[in-house]
Amino acid sequence: MAQNNYLVEMKDIYKWFSGVCALNGVDFNVGYAEIVGLLGDNGAGKSTLIKILSGYHPPDSGKIFFEGKEQHFSSPREVRSLGIETIYQEAAMVHKMSIMRNIFMGRERGKVDMGFAKYLDIEQMERESMEALEDVNLRLRSPHAIVDELSGGQRQGVAIARAMYFKSKLVILDEPTNNLSVKESEKVLNFIKELKNQGISSIFISHNLYHVYPVVDRVVILSHGEKVGDFQKEETSLEEVTELMVKP
Amino acid sequence: MSQTLNKLKRIFLLREISSFIMLFVVIMVFFAISPLFLSRQNVGVVLEIIPELGIVAIGITMLMISGEFDLSVGSVFAFTPIMMVLMINWGMHPILGITTALVMALGIGALNGFITLTFGIPSFITTLGGMMIWRGAVLLITGGWPPFFPPEINTHIIVGRIGIFRTSIFWYAAITIIIWFILERTDFGNWVFATGGNRVAARAMGIETNRVKLFNFMLCSMLAGFTGIIQAFRLRATIPSMGGGLEMEAIAATVIGGTALMGGVGTVIGTLVGSFLIRVIDNGLVMARAPSYWFRVFIGIATISAVILNTYVRERAKKMRC
Ligand SMILES: Nc1ncnc2c1ncn2[C@@H]1O[C@H](COP(=O)(O)OP(=O)(O)OP(=O)(O)O)[C@@H](O)[C@H]1O
Ligand SMILES: [Mg+2]
Repeated sequence: MAQNNYLVEMKDIYKWFSGVCALNGVDFNVGYAEIVGLLGDNGAGKSTLIKILSGYHPPDSGKIFFEGKEQHFSSPREVRSLGIETIYQEAAMVHKMSIMRNIFMGRERGKVDMGFAKYLDIEQMERESMEALEDVNLRLRSPHAIVDELSGGQRQGVAIARAMYFKSKLVILDEPTNNLSVKESEKVLNFIKELKNQGISSIFISHNLYHVYPVVDRVVILSHGEKVGDFQKEETSLEEVTELMVKP
Repeated sequence: MSQTLNKLKRIFLLREISSFIMLFVVIMVFFAISPLFLSRQNVGVVLEIIPELGIVAIGITMLMISGEFDLSVGSVFAFTPIMMVLMINWGMHPILGITTALVMALGIGALNGFITLTFGIPSFITTLGGMMIWRGAVLLITGGWPPFFPPEINTHIIVGRIGIFRTSIFWYAAITIIIWFILERTDFGNWVFATGGNRVAARAMGIETNRVKLFNFMLCSMLAGFTGIIQAFRLRATIPSMGGGLEMEAIAATVIGGTALMGGVGTVIGTLVGSFLIRVIDNGLVMARAPSYWFRVFIGIATISAVILNTYVRERAKKMRC
């Protein structure tokens, strides 16, 4: 019934880590083409929740629905093939590899399938990388530039371009604006808006409300493993959300 | 002008460049000391022994790029040909004996990988243990004596002579090209770099990093075993102490060639040059009539200077204006 109104529904999720209750019966939904801000203090359980959604951890109890179907994720690979792409805090990219090799990591284009491996089609991957970057208005010299040499914002841009190019349905961003200057954060927010324009849902995790607020449609607040707030942006105010976040 | 400068910059940014420079300098120095160094005969001597380090180092390179170590290669280098010889002595057909021994080497690699990955312990520890276990096994089985080398084995396809060459150099070339191709031109190669460069990111992108590592453990061990067979065939003997210290030389060759100790970065070409550098220093010192003890000292110096040079040259190149 209601399951069709949401791209993702997580119901009554529990997760314990050696005695610590990281998630204590959390319900969490994401609509179609919706940007959801997932907020909460350090240790609130944000990363744990999205690691469950991206197949990294199984939940100790609870149900997950994706596009209305119940899912039992067994690996990040499976989750990714469904169209859920996660961009982790500091781990979206392999910094010593080129932009092109990062974009196609795990989904390399091959000229010939030799059975044990594919012979890479480098020209095609070069072309497609530039296309993918143009889709998010990211202008970079060459697809062979090493990711290490990019700015933090550009790196997030490449990760988002990658998610968009491969037609993800949901992009999860874990603190994408961490350690970024105001200007760079601005860029990242624009990338996220571009996802919405393309009809892609996203979850934007942060403990900085001011980074999230300008772009989100809805905010969900976690505290000590429990959901303490879930508001459409128009139904709430910065003050109310701030108060919920700082409440012990 | 800026075009050439750019090209120059790109060359200096190459990881292998410092090892190339060092190899060139070392060859020139030895040539100056003893002109016989570049004689046909001496070049043949170097080419004869180089595969016995180079192939092992290539396996180490693959494994190290994916973020793991193998210290047991020297012991596997002895264990494999000794098992082969024993099995042939027991009446096994030589081809079957070689194959079974190689499968054993593969199995040792699989065991290294399995233990490292399931228990989540550093491969440094697993393979340090392996190094002692397999050397111990060799000594136990042989009682410390070289087993009888069956004269009926046809060693021709592995080490047969062609002019100044032995066929082992062609095996070396073929393995180098294949591994280079896998690393640089296939999706699996991309996974190897990604696994060593950032395991979390690789996993998030659906790469099965454990399988990548396991494959490399197995490959590394099998190449070490195969190289042991090459040496056994060349010497027509299997000595229980063979391959002692080889793991350190192979790691040195790899690191000299620009492969990062922590994984994610490295090239087959660099390792090729690193292996040559080590063997050339070895041979050059002999030609220069230096006492053989100098070898270790020089390899130590070469390893450290290559890495310093590498870091320094790259830093300078980055700052070059274009
Ligand atoms: N793998 C783990 N093993 C043990 N405890 C864990 C593990 N992962 C998370 N926890 C614990 O679960 C709780 C929630 O952690 P989580 O990483 O989800 O917080 P977070 O909201 O993402 O915090 P931050 O804003 O700092 O990233 C914390 O108490 C943390 O110590
Ligand atoms: Mg977190």
